[in-house]
Amino acid sequence: MTVTHERPEVVVPQESTSRLVADRVTLGYGERTVVRDLSLAVPDHRVSVIVGANACGKSTLLRGMARLLRPAGGSVLLDGEAIHRLPSRQVARTLGLLPQSAVAPEGLTVTDLVSRGRHPHSGLLRRWSREDDEAVADALALTGTLDLADRPVDQLSGGQRQRVWVAMALAQRTDLLLLDEPTTYLDLAHQVELLDVLRDLNAARGTTIVMVLHELAMASRYADHLVAMQGGRVVAAGTPAEVVTPDVVRRVFDLECRVIEDPVSHTPLVVPVGRHHH
Amino acid sequence: MTLLQAPARATTAARLGAVGVVALLLVGTASVLVGSRMLSPAVLLDAGDPLRPIFEARFERTLLGVAVGAALGLAGALMQGLTRNPLADPGILGINAGASLAMVLGISLVGVSGMQAYIWFAFAGAAAAALLVHGIASLGGGGATPVKLAVAGAAVTAAVTSWSTGVLMVDRATMESFRFWQVGTVGGRGIDVLLTGLPFLVVGGVLALVGARLLDALALGDDVARALGRRAGLDRAVVGLAIVLLAGTATALAGPIAFVGLVVPHAVRSLVGPAHGRLLPLAALAGAILVVAADTLGRVVLPPAEVQVGIMAAVLGVPFFLVLVRRGRTGAL
Repeated sequence: MTVTHERPEVVVPQESTSRLVADRVTLGYGERTVVRDLSLAVPDHRVSVIVGANACGKSTLLRGMARLLRPAGGSVLLDGEAIHRLPSRQVARTLGLLPQSAVAPEGLTVTDLVSRGRHPHSGLLRRWSREDDEAVADALALTGTLDLADRPVDQLSGGQRQRVWVAMALAQRTDLLLLDEPTTYLDLAHQVELLDVLRDLNAARGTTIVMVLHELAMASRYADHLVAMQGGRVVAAGTPAEVVTPDVVRRVFDLECRVIEDPVSHTPLVVPVGRHHH
Repeated sequence: MTLLQAPARATTAARLGAVGVVALLLVGTASVLVGSRMLSPAVLLDAGDPLRPIFEARFERTLLGVAVGAALGLAGALMQGLTRNPLADPGILGINAGASLAMVLGISLVGVSGMQAYIWFAFAGAAAAALLVHGIASLGGGGATPVKLAVAGAAVTAAVTSWSTGVLMVDRATMESFRFWQVGTVGGRGIDVLLTGLPFLVVGGVLALVGARLLDALALGDDVARALGRRAGLDRAVVGLAIVLLAGTATALAGPIAFVGLVVPHAVRSLVGPAHGRLLPLAALAGAILVVAADTLGRVVLPPAEVQVGIMAAVLGVPFFLVLVRRGRTGAL
């Protein structure tokens, strides 16, 4: 396991390549620095999950890696080039993002929304193609939303709506997909359902997935590569078995816990202690 | 287009487009024939007819109505998309007030006269007001959000309108010239007025067609738009320029005509959904129909006087609007 204290080095699982790398990146909003001097290599074709307490900078890091925030220092590299200097449209064909702030105009149908994922592949003079159709149909099929195709997005349930947004991001057909807390507001069954869809995507297409989750149980269950953050820095990164230990959980979440084996997935499962039990 | 292209709405849009073109031809024909002096259809064919000058004047007036109506419908749809505010129209966001003030100042201080010169002042005023509203709305955190745009627009409109009123109260000569423009009419302007404005309308229309794609991305939120490869600030500027060109020119040509830019995009959206590729062309078409129809009716409802096109558009539009609200189909963006 890799526990890093002061200046974290780039941590790469062995024999893995990384197209997306944060290189000593500092990110913030105006005067306020949220992520400081952080380095992280995202292993290709794996599911990476970033966890941490509220306000630890995990969403900020994701926004920085998706070029929505310009780093105050360091850089985010995509295929070895600073992502902020690449044409946005070119980046959009390689790297997709589902932010938390997504809104669907009232009355927009599922198909219309998912079709907008084709935006970076289309142009003013380029007509809708067979490839676009396939990408949209595939995205609907993979997310199980084909039968919702003609429904307005605003009339869907929370779980359906989130799958539709994932479908839009899938229609973009990017090799990398970043998701900012995609399971927020979903009940447990819909969380599992959505994360299974993302796992399917990773298995079927080898899509590199990076997501921010705040459920540690879900994170250790679905992550190949788990990144624990605290105070704008990476505290630990590695497989869930390496990262999820009582020591790391104490440092990241300020929580006393025991770690047992999840009887279903055989991944680490955090059992909080709290004040009323011993 | 295949099964996945929301076939129902694409077909609806195509049908509405066809119906709209026919309706515009009918309304346009009526506009040429109807007035204090009714013309028979024969005048359309006979160049030697003694009533031919009336026909020609009404024909020019109809063309101007089509251009102004289409521009207002289009600008309203763009404005509502840009601000994600279903109550946005060029009037609310200060463009009319800015155009008025610039003309008042132009007449009063510089002594400009004639429609040709007015247009430039109105246009500059519209652009300045739009920039000012956008600038104020961009202050503070979070950029120009829809709510801040609406508030800034209301504030700028109130301030600018009071300045115009102030100048007009002390300057009667300016008031006399200004009234000619301020009534909001497509009549008596002449073809040269339309030709002066036409290049701006054409550029604005082309930018609007480009803007459809941009607005479709921006409608999903700035973050999604950027994830899709858009540059939100640049795209807003393109759409904003289209709005100033279209609404500014329409206002300069015909004076302030309220309501068209508000109600037309609403009505069209409730029929074909919020996708701008379908919404924008139909909003242009519907705007043209409404303005020409309102102008035609305004000539006959209270003879011998003419009712201004802006008032008639509201008279025609309000019942329609109420039906939409009652059916609950207007919706937010």
